[in-house]
Amino acid sequence: MSDMATLATVLFAMIGGAIRVSTPFLFVSLGECVTEKAGRINLGLEGTLVLGAMAAYMVAYETGDPWLGVLAAGCAGLILGTMHATLCSLPRVNDVAIGIALMSFGTGLAFFFGKPYIQPQAPRLPSVELGGWLGNPQLAEALTVNPLFFIGVALAFFLRWAFDNTRYGLLLRMAGDSVAASRAMGVSVDGVRLAATAAGGFLSGIGGAFLSLYYPGSWNEALSSGQGLMAVALVIFARWDPQRCFYAAMLFGAAGALGPALQSVGIVKGYYFFNAAPYILTLLIMIGAGRDGKAARAMPSELGVQR
Amino acid sequence: MSGAIGLATVGMTKIFGDFTALEDVSIDVRAGDFHALLGENGAGKSTLVKCMMGFQPPTRGQVLLDGKPVSIADPRAARDLGIGMVYQHFTLVPSFTAAENLVAARGHVPAVVDWAKERKSLDAFLETTPFRVPLDRPVRELAAGEKQKLEILKLLYLDQRFLILDEPTSVLTPGEADEILGLLRGMTDAGLVSVLMITHKFREVNAFARNLSVLRRGRLVGAGAVGKVTTAEMTQMMVGDAVPRPRAARVAHAPVADAKRALEVVALYASDDAGTPRVRELDLHVEPGEILGIAGVSGNGQSEFIEALTGQRPIDDGRVFVAGQAFSPTRGDFARFKVFGLPEEPLRNAAVPRMSVAENMALRSFDRAPIAGVFGWLKPATMRARARDLVARYRVKTTSIDAAIETLSGGNVQRAILARELSEAVDLLIVVNPCFGLDFSSAAEIRNQILEARNKGTAVLLVSEDLDEILELADRVAVMSQGHIAMTAPIGETDRNAIGRAMAGH
Repeated sequence: MSDMATLATVLFAMIGGAIRVSTPFLFVSLGECVTEKAGRINLGLEGTLVLGAMAAYMVAYETGDPWLGVLAAGCAGLILGTMHATLCSLPRVNDVAIGIALMSFGTGLAFFFGKPYIQPQAPRLPSVELGGWLGNPQLAEALTVNPLFFIGVALAFFLRWAFDNTRYGLLLRMAGDSVAASRAMGVSVDGVRLAATAAGGFLSGIGGAFLSLYYPGSWNEALSSGQGLMAVALVIFARWDPQRCFYAAMLFGAAGALGPALQSVGIVKGYYFFNAAPYILTLLIMIGAGRDGKAARAMPSELGVQR
Repeated sequence: MSGAIGLATVGMTKIFGDFTALEDVSIDVRAGDFHALLGENGAGKSTLVKCMMGFQPPTRGQVLLDGKPVSIADPRAARDLGIGMVYQHFTLVPSFTAAENLVAARGHVPAVVDWAKERKSLDAFLETTPFRVPLDRPVRELAAGEKQKLEILKLLYLDQRFLILDEPTSVLTPGEADEILGLLRGMTDAGLVSVLMITHKFREVNAFARNLSVLRRGRLVGAGAVGKVTTAEMTQMMVGDAVPRPRAARVAHAPVADAKRALEVVALYASDDAGTPRVRELDLHVEPGEILGIAGVSGNGQSEFIEALTGQRPIDDGRVFVAGQAFSPTRGDFARFKVFGLPEEPLRNAAVPRMSVAENMALRSFDRAPIAGVFGWLKPATMRARARDLVARYRVKTTSIDAAIETLSGGNVQRAILARELSEAVDLLIVVNPCFGLDFSSAAEIRNQILEARNKGTAVLLVSEDLDEILELADRVAVMSQGHIAMTAPIGETDRNAIGRAMAGH
């Protein structure tokens, strides 16, 4: 194999991997973005992701319809999000602590109900072939895209537009940026945050459905490996902009695909190191984002650890 | 656009418990008037406008709108009547653009905002006003002057024709202030709005207002047309000619030949949290056995200066010397040079609210003998004995020395902290508004403690918004205005009027 061909293989594998791996990042980060825009941090999305994956797998297996599984995952996330928002609206309740509690709760619940579904095979989500006409099997493989990815991308651009151009977008940003102004307008800040956290949970749940129903496409307890938490870092990197969340998710996805892509051309040295790329990227991004004042300026003013 | 409306109060009275904040105040702001409301801190200006805006019900009195009595139960009712207020702090949503702020302020935002249409109507609205602000940039990127214009535009956009402005220029540069007030004056001249402006600045009153009212201690003490009332008369009305409290007894210190200055500050610069310079080239010095009183309207850099001096804020530039040696605000230097202090809001700035009274009283000394024993172990018995002694000596009222200090009343927190700060030999004492919010007897007691320290040879730097307090305690007075010392004089060679003029920036 020539060097050019090797490089092309790695590149195609990374593009395909980016699309595949980025989808759960995209959904969870969009969910977190909506929640944080309203002024609340939900760190429990890791638990939501795992519970969503389990719920999707279970429903898809029992009914035979993967799309019903996706819906079930969203509903599971919605319930966890509503729980988070309800608990946080109580006086002197810290949203970070509640988030961590719900992370354990979500994963625990998923492991408890998910035990019987580790072995059986549930129907998977279909995929869309985009690159068949190109005549290049590697490219065709890379461009075999899951439908949730399209929904996620459309959603990212829609949310970006909706934040600026709709009543609910403005109310959401106002709740996250100035409680005083929201109250002056007679808007219930807790109500807006409840809706935002519930919607954020719904999106994260769907991210989980992708994990169990498309890639890797099975249910086991090590499915998420911290992607829900990394998505929180990703929102900071994206400066609370859904459109940037998409780009950031693609970057994280490509980093995650680096290890397998190198392995596919026979580079196995440092496989575990390359697999750790997303985590290293998270660290670097957190340091970089902290240095540059832009992220701090874009942060919703009401977002804080102290209440 | 509808025309201006007039508003008047009749016999407005507000009583809190046994404190009369406002007594029988009647002011008349006619349609199209630009009316200045003057008075010192605590004179009742805020209470008056809060009653007019419906934030609090008056005990007695009435508001007349264009001559007819109206009831204003809450700020929403005021808004519906066309009365709007610009507050001292901005109420805009920082991440929103100016256009988004205006549309959101309207209250009923359409489900999908048609920005092309909104922009057209906003532009048309802006045409009817003299104010120009960039509509498409997030408000947090705007200068203070543009934000203030936007606050005013928000009221005009909601068709409010009576504008109450609470010290609207306190965060603005003189240029921005002149522009905004000039435009507002133009609008009142055209009969479009009426303005009632709370202010301390005589220059702005003389340049832009048409009529004025002066409050002192809750009463209306003067009113008239600008131009007919001189600045000297305004000062006289504001600070009054009441006989000040008798000056406390003090001992005269014999001059010492080679005495070193207790504190010398040279060309100090400091900025606020947003990075705006607030202390500019500040020079001052305090001699041993002297009280230097710093007077000034709050917000002229006093807080930033004291915070920089005591290590709560970085010093941008300049030098500080204590007893002739370079001083940096560290725990080591505080102990070495015997620098102590009572900052403003002591519960926040000088105490750990949830620690006990005994622990708080040991914050200066817990790491030294006798409280610290071998290997740094605390000796709680010694600590508690000391605290018991201080509580008794300074008459701190507390249920127990083990009670959290936050459970004490304000005066007793102040006493407890002062007890801690005066319990050792003190060479330099820095006190800020030491009697703020205290009843008469507590205040007198604390002032006596300060004077006693001075008589023992301690140098005292006293920052106070209460001019009476400075006239009573200080040996020398310095006036702080816009971040530097505008005037310094021995207390015998100046008077209330001269200090007042320097405070107002003359």
